[in-house]
Amino acid sequence: MWGYIARRLLATIPVVAIVALVVFSILHVAPGDPAALIAGDQATPEQIAAIRGKLRLDLPLYEQFALWLGNALHGDLGTSIFSNRPVATLFLQRLEPTVALAVMTAVVAVVLAVPAGVLAAWRAGSLIDRAVMGMAVLGFAFPVFVVGYILIYLFAMKLRILPIQGYRPIAEGFWPFLQHLVLPSLALGLSFMALIARITRASMLEVLGQDYIRTARAKGLPTRRLLFNHALPNAAVPIVTIIGVGVALLLGGVVVTESVFAIPGVGRLVVDAILARDYPVIQGVLLIFSLTYVAVNLIVDLIYVLIDPRISYRGGS
Amino acid sequence: MTAAVSPAHALGAPRRRVRMLARRHPAVAGGMAILAVVVLATLAAPWLAGHDPLFVDPLARLRPPSAQYWLGTDALGRDVWSRTVYGGRVSLVVGVAAAAIATAAGLLIGLVSGYSRIADAVLMRAMDGLMSIPSILLAIALMAVVQASLLTVVVAIAVVEVPRVVRLVRGVVLSVREQPYVEAAVVAGSSFATILRRHILPNTLASVVVQATYIGAAAILIESLLSFLGAGTPPEVASWGNIMAEGRTYFLVAPWIILSPGIVLAVTVLAINLLGDGVRDMLDPRFAGRL
Repeated sequence: MWGYIARRLLATIPVVAIVALVVFSILHVAPGDPAALIAGDQATPEQIAAIRGKLRLDLPLYEQFALWLGNALHGDLGTSIFSNRPVATLFLQRLEPTVALAVMTAVVAVVLAVPAGVLAAWRAGSLIDRAVMGMAVLGFAFPVFVVGYILIYLFAMKLRILPIQGYRPIAEGFWPFLQHLVLPSLALGLSFMALIARITRASMLEVLGQDYIRTARAKGLPTRRLLFNHALPNAAVPIVTIIGVGVALLLGGVVVTESVFAIPGVGRLVVDAILARDYPVIQGVLLIFSLTYVAVNLIVDLIYVLIDPRISYRGGS
Repeated sequence: MTAAVSPAHALGAPRRRVRMLARRHPAVAGGMAILAVVVLATLAAPWLAGHDPLFVDPLARLRPPSAQYWLGTDALGRDVWSRTVYGGRVSLVVGVAAAAIATAAGLLIGLVSGYSRIADAVLMRAMDGLMSIPSILLAIALMAVVQASLLTVVVAIAVVEVPRVVRLVRGVVLSVREQPYVEAAVVAGSSFATILRRHILPNTLASVVVQATYIGAAAILIESLLSFLGAGTPPEVASWGNIMAEGRTYFLVAPWIILSPGIVLAVTVLAINLLGDGVRDMLDPRFAGRL
């Protein structure tokens, strides 16, 4: 088991290095001078030169990369062109709403979608199955922001039971905090739920066809225990995998969802940075979000060991 | 499936074949039907629109849907229905172009990667890195450094989708190249190019076509997200994403500006996905009804 964990940890290093390289390179794949790009259309040559000096764009590319990576490893993600403040500081200031939204969405999605998928597989072909799969297909088709606006229209404008937009820090009370997160997390979670429900159903169908399930049923095991204690753990590996993969959807969707619901999080920081062409901010957030995604999938791989002992015996290549 | 049917027979009974498709593969038939309607509607935009999609009418701002303006008007008094019908052209072109570029590039890289060990080591690490960056964010970052145009949007989306095609193609190549018939071709003296073209490529096509439909659907979605965030198609181009982006500010008073193109977009993406799922099941019936 420890060998598997060590190998998996080691395998993460090149991925992280390549992510860093890609994120760094983006500014340099565009045609033209990066300094002029950042400075914008109305910049004077002096302003462009100042940016070039500040971002060390005069150094050879590999030195720039080494410098940038070294700083990033020390928690220094550069300075925002627009507000002249450290990117890391800006990021931390906006972190709470984003973490709250992402965690809430993930929890809601898993709690709703896994049982829905189990139910759909157990009653395959039934009305429940069709309803769940129908929702799943719809969940893939709607852009996050359209779902968001439909939810606002229904629950905030017509029924008036939830706030339209905005965010309340958890320090101002748990209930308002929760109220403001319900619609955003449903909007953000819909495609995530669709993904999880589909894979859960497929994986459960596979397991429910096995002989040991028939045996368990034949000896009179109650259905709920059969589904959740016997079948689900054996169907868990693909489900946990897709939850890990789906975190990419979540991290990308956060940016859009925060815009729709006027949540002052990291996503809004990115959107403002796009409009201001504040490149260090975009780069910094892209790096942190990507590393978060890599870390989540590393954790997923380690969870495999807990849910399926066969994986660590196999050597896990 | 249809290859065995002789041309004369096929022409003789088109209606029966349509009925058979609808019965045996309802997803494919349904997806194709919806998609056909959407494509025809965008092609017939000049006749269906009823209004000039660019015509600004200050006296008819933010009108709700009515007999004159089927889906209402936007903040400049432009007809949302006409803009949606014309906007479909842009969004569909983005979908098709991004799918074509991503598939072509993915096929090429995947074939090379599957066949050369050295290239494989480098290329697959690069693909792992690309896939570790959430795709919407990568597309946003790419759009932030280039001049916004229809072409850059298409390329940004294609770049994000390429790794998925590469992995797919590489997997097929790795399994096919061990097959006895490929070894036989090597022994018989077929050139590398011939083996690739005659034996490897045809085996990848089925799954690549399915993947291409999913990329087309994803591209339409990503275009709308990018435009919505202000990092997509230039604002003067009325793509579905841009119509919705312009409707943001007025959502509370004029929800139809976002909801109309939004629902049309969702139906289109739904149709493409249904088609993709259906074709996948047709090609690999083992998984039919499972996923």
